[in-house]
Amino acid sequence: MTVATSSRDGTPLDVTALYMFTGLSAFLALLATAFTHDPLFRFHGYILTGALVVAVCVMSVLIGSDRLRSDPTRYADGVIRAGVIATMFWAVAGLAAGALAASQLSWPRIFYFPELPWLNFGRLRPLHTSAVIFAFGGNALIATSFYVVQRTCRARLAGGVWPWFVLWGYQLFIVLAATGYLAGITQSREYAEPEWYVDLWLTIVWVAYLLVFLGTIWKRKEPHIYVANWFYLAFIVTIAILHLINNAAVPIGLLETKSYSAFSGVQDALVQWWYGHNAVGFFLTAGFLGMMYYFVPKRVERPVYSYRLSIVHFWSLIFIYIWAGPHHLHYTALPQWAQTLGMTFSIMLWMPSWGGMINGLMTLSGAWDKLRTDPVVRMMVVAIAFYGMSTFEGPLMSIRAVNALSHYTDWTIGHVHSGALGWVGFISFGALYCMVPWLWKKERLYSNQLVEWHFWLATTGILLYIAAMWVSGIMEGLMWREYTPQGYLANAFVETVAAKHIENVIRTVGGLMYLSGALIMAYNLWRTIRLPSAQAAPSPAELPTPALMAAE
Amino acid sequence: MWKAHAKFERHSLVLLIGIIIVVSIGGLVEISPLFYLESTIEKVDGVRPYTPLEQAGRDIYIREGCYGCHSQMIRPLRDEVERYGHYSLAAESMYDHPFQWGSKRTGPDLARVGGKYSDSWHVQHLADPRSVVPESNMPPYKFLADTDLDYRAIEQRLATLTTVGVPYSKAEIANAKADLQQQVDPFAGEASDLKKRYGAKVQQRDYDGNPQRLTEMDALIAYLQVLGTMVDFRSYKAEAPENLR
Repeated sequence: MTVATSSRDGTPLDVTALYMFTGLSAFLALLATAFTHDPLFRFHGYILTGALVVAVCVMSVLIGSDRLRSDPTRYADGVIRAGVIATMFWAVAGLAAGALAASQLSWPRIFYFPELPWLNFGRLRPLHTSAVIFAFGGNALIATSFYVVQRTCRARLAGGVWPWFVLWGYQLFIVLAATGYLAGITQSREYAEPEWYVDLWLTIVWVAYLLVFLGTIWKRKEPHIYVANWFYLAFIVTIAILHLINNAAVPIGLLETKSYSAFSGVQDALVQWWYGHNAVGFFLTAGFLGMMYYFVPKRVERPVYSYRLSIVHFWSLIFIYIWAGPHHLHYTALPQWAQTLGMTFSIMLWMPSWGGMINGLMTLSGAWDKLRTDPVVRMMVVAIAFYGMSTFEGPLMSIRAVNALSHYTDWTIGHVHSGALGWVGFISFGALYCMVPWLWKKERLYSNQLVEWHFWLATTGILLYIAAMWVSGIMEGLMWREYTPQGYLANAFVETVAAKHIENVIRTVGGLMYLSGALIMAYNLWRTIRLPSAQAAPSPAELPTPALMAAE
Repeated sequence: MWKAHAKFERHSLVLLIGIIIVVSIGGLVEISPLFYLESTIEKVDGVRPYTPLEQAGRDIYIREGCYGCHSQMIRPLRDEVERYGHYSLAAESMYDHPFQWGSKRTGPDLARVGGKYSDSWHVQHLADPRSVVPESNMPPYKFLADTDLDYRAIEQRLATLTTVGVPYSKAEIANAKADLQQQVDPFAGEASDLKKRYGAKVQQRDYDGNPQRLTEMDALIAYLQVLGTMVDFRSYKAEAPENLR
């Protein structure tokens, strides 16, 4: 499957394999749709069958005109270009869903529609989280990892046409997940909401992704595997393990949407938060650190600050992160030894996190002037600063005494967003601003001025967002535990809801500012793509790439 | 030491295996003991599997994503115990596939909401939350009262729960549909089959105020009204050594 043996005349083997796989899947999807008694399953069956039939038709046309042949002397950049566009699209979609959800909490009388239950907050919230984490973040990771692994291995992506399967298969996963949430198909496991058959589909896509990535590393012409690829590999492998174990479930029938999780109660809680926290640790951290380790040194034209620090930071980060899950379950019915273990490792996690931050920031040594002259560099540096801030805040919140106050409040929401908007968002935007001119062979971005607008709008938006959530989170935490001098609870729950109204509004404004920044980016990148090309230079895999390996 | 690391950088499979080993340790040490340490779940009286109607209501709770705003986990902190009731025990969610402890309280905790409000309050509040709590920002669930409960696959649901460890008997699975209908029948009486199977404490009545129809509102309220009511706390000794964790 990862081998693209192309004979001169026949259809390449990888294309035939994918064609048959798609055709077979379409046939199975059609059968499942026809025989199910579950209306929700049939709804998804229509989407699945439709998508696969379109894929078969498109492939037939492309095979007929012999356009699916891969040229081993060039990098496979088409799939990355598509991934970049998908990243921009899902960024806007996911942020817009978030802005709508925030508006609902601010103005429930305006933004809830009793006749449209599928737009209720409960269904919109997983749509927002999945769209931002998995659709925006996931596409950014797939696109950048494909870019980075080719450049640092000096090899074309392995698997011929299969990287395209990874990309489109992943989009299909997103569409199934998102439409499922709106229709009410969910496991109610945070950040792992898709039902069993969508999980199975993602498993197939993810295995293909791992094989494409590993296969490219196997073809490399560089003796060393570059540090960014360690992080990408750890991200891909660990997410596979987490996904498989956390989603262990038994469906109530092979043609039914509903399933019940294999674990229950306290064990289920820890499995879920082992997954949930490491979705943060490996999806939103390790993967994006891979991005940082390539795009920051590349953009500022300096080597990574310390090779030794990157080794220590890599192994300690992936070792310690896995333990941190129980800090989501402080003071719950989880046995206390597990809570204490989780807290201890969460505090230890501060060190490797800051090791990574220092390694990223200090890469700018001797190039700090670029902060002033290049808004893209500034964006990435602010991303690393937010990474440092939220990886300090996280260990702080994992301390049981602090968690007693912060848990269940908006403080957690603010913390997540300083990481997601500040770190994940900004480092991805930085990578997009770098990659688009490189991929479409342009000398520059359409407008640096628009990048400035994006940067300042988004930064102000984040600050409004997290400041509002600090205030409302700490306020509601204190209000919940406030007593009158007579020894009665001072506030009814709903008084804390009413007290947060203004913070909810500020949060909505902050989110809208961040969304407008993303729209400006989408416009800027679209105009960049439409600029006249610099020169028609190909990007042959033979061309040497500047070595990013630090001296050792 | 730094030279030794070159092995990982030059051999992708060594790197891959190294990663898998390093990321496995934490999960193995932390999670697997929960499956065999007997002290993980307290021994209490009263916790039973959900009746078919309550389970159907729970599935609606899951479908609507209620966990996004409501926790079901009362922490042993003074204010929480006074506001919501006795802190939650692990035993109380041992038949919950999946658990619904939640992580955020945009609305209040629901672990012991059962019996706190009347059925008609729930009907009114779910249909239009702001008509009873003006400051609320909860979504409206009017459609639940207008939608007939789909319990076509209720036997399959209970049977599947049995495969993942919920102790439903063969009779409970076989009679799931009848039991479900009986729970909303106000005239089922004290000697109903449902009560024989699930215990005398089971609440049988028309929940949504519309005896003509068996709606999703019936199921959801049946689930809400049983939450946190199963354990008999008069017989639970929190300070007993076997209950200290």
